[in-house]
Amino acid sequence: MAAFFVKRLLTALVSIVLASAVVFAAVLAIPGDPAAIILGVTASPDALSALRTQLGLDVPAPQRYLQWLAGLVRGDLGTSLQYERAVRALVADRVPLSVALAVGAALLATLLAVPVGVFTALRRGTLLDPLVVLASQVGAAVPSFWLGLLLILVFSVELRLLPAGGFPGWEAGALAAWRALLLPVLALGLGQAAVMVRMTRAALLDVLGQDYVRTARAKGLGATSVVWKHALRNAMVTLVTILGLSLTNVFIGSIIIEQVFALPGLGRLALSAIGNRDFPLVQGVVLLYASTIVLLSFLVDLSYGWLDPRIRYA
Amino acid sequence: MKRLPLNLTLGVSLVGMVVLAAAVSYVWLPHDPNRMDFGAQFAAPGTAYLLGTDHFGRDLLSRLLVGARSTLLVSFVAVGISLGLGGALGALAGWVGGWFDEAMMRLVDVLYAFPAILMALLLAAVFRPGILTAMAAIGLATAPVFARLTRASVLSLRGREYVEAGRALGASEARLLATHVLPGATSPIVVQASLSMAIAVLAEAALSFLGLGAPPDVPSWGNMLREAQGFMALSPYPALVPGFAIVVTVLGWSLLGDGLRDRLDPTTSR
Repeated sequence: MAAFFVKRLLTALVSIVLASAVVFAAVLAIPGDPAAIILGVTASPDALSALRTQLGLDVPAPQRYLQWLAGLVRGDLGTSLQYERAVRALVADRVPLSVALAVGAALLATLLAVPVGVFTALRRGTLLDPLVVLASQVGAAVPSFWLGLLLILVFSVELRLLPAGGFPGWEAGALAAWRALLLPVLALGLGQAAVMVRMTRAALLDVLGQDYVRTARAKGLGATSVVWKHALRNAMVTLVTILGLSLTNVFIGSIIIEQVFALPGLGRLALSAIGNRDFPLVQGVVLLYASTIVLLSFLVDLSYGWLDPRIRYA
Repeated sequence: MKRLPLNLTLGVSLVGMVVLAAAVSYVWLPHDPNRMDFGAQFAAPGTAYLLGTDHFGRDLLSRLLVGARSTLLVSFVAVGISLGLGGALGALAGWVGGWFDEAMMRLVDVLYAFPAILMALLLAAVFRPGILTAMAAIGLATAPVFARLTRASVLSLRGREYVEAGRALGASEARLLATHVLPGATSPIVVQASLSMAIAVLAEAALSFLGLGAPPDVPSWGNMLREAQGFMALSPYPALVPGFAIVVTVLGWSLLGDGLRDRLDPTTSR
């Protein structure tokens, strides 16, 4: 298991370093002088050269990349141009909201999709099965941000039960915070649940068709025992993949949902940075998202080794 | 001759409807999509305006039809980029093998870390948001699937006897790859292209909703939804109409992809 762990960890680290190179290279690709683009045509030569120094443009690119990378290792993501604060501090302020949104949505999706998926797989051949499949296909076609608008329309505009957007802050208390997050979590989680229902169903059908499940049934085990002990346990590897995938999906999806509900999270931070051409901030936030995706897939890989010993030794 | 699967029929019909809508928008529109009618703001669907009007009194149906253009344009070009780039990388990696394969696949792994929206944030920061950065972002972000698929097909086919036979007869490597191996990879790629269209349509709508896609003055479905959000208390129709259009288009492509898979690949029958 140790060798497996080290190998996967190295692969993940290489991916993160490569991702950082992509993020760094993107800014190199800016046509023209970034300092002039940021400050505009009216900027004085002094201001320009000061900004160039601040951005490190007076240093050759490869050296600048290494400096930036060394900073990243120390947790230094640079300084935001628009806020004139450390990117790390800006990001840290907004991480809890984005994480709460994504984790809430992933939890909702899992709690909804896994039972429904298992239940439908067991009802194969009945009318329920194609109906659920169709419903999940339609659900997966609904954009989360449109679902968000529909939820606002019903629960905020018509029924006036829940806020249409904004966030009172965690200091306003858990109840007020989750009241503000309820619709966003629903908007993000329901669509993801639709995607996951089909995958769960397919994973379970795969396992249910195998010989050892037939054997378990033949020797007279009850349906509950066959499904929960034999089938689901072996469908776990696929289920964990699905869960990892959906965590990635909701984490990225939260960027749009934050915009719909005016939630001050990481996604909104990145969007405002684009409007203000705040390159260090964009780089920092994008790299954070990309690294999270790499880490999630690393964790999924690790859980494979844990769930299925055959993978560990392969 | 087997009967066409239901999902294929349904998928073709829905996609056909959207393509037709875009085509019709070039020759006929019920109203000028940009003409403002301040006497008829937030009109409900009726005889004058079939699907109602928005906050400027602009005809929603006309804007919807014109919006189908940018949806289809961006998603077609994006999937084209994705298929071309991913397919070429995957085919080369699988054919050449060795360290080249290893390096290419690492590169593809890195692309997995940048979903369309993330890629679009990066590209929009550098080149300014617009339809081109949206196409490139969606195309790059969805390329890895094609790379993996093509590579897998090439790996499984390159050692076959008929390929060896071709080589023994003196065919060049490029010819072997193009005429002996790649045709065998067509089915999974066609299926994936259709499924990727569904993803691309969703991504295009999301990007233009965020202001990272079509310019604000272009009636794209995402733009229409963004503008509608501020006025939902006054009329729900501007927020409902483009959303339905997106759902129909995405559903159409994903049903089409599923239907093609059922038809082209006899091993999956669920």
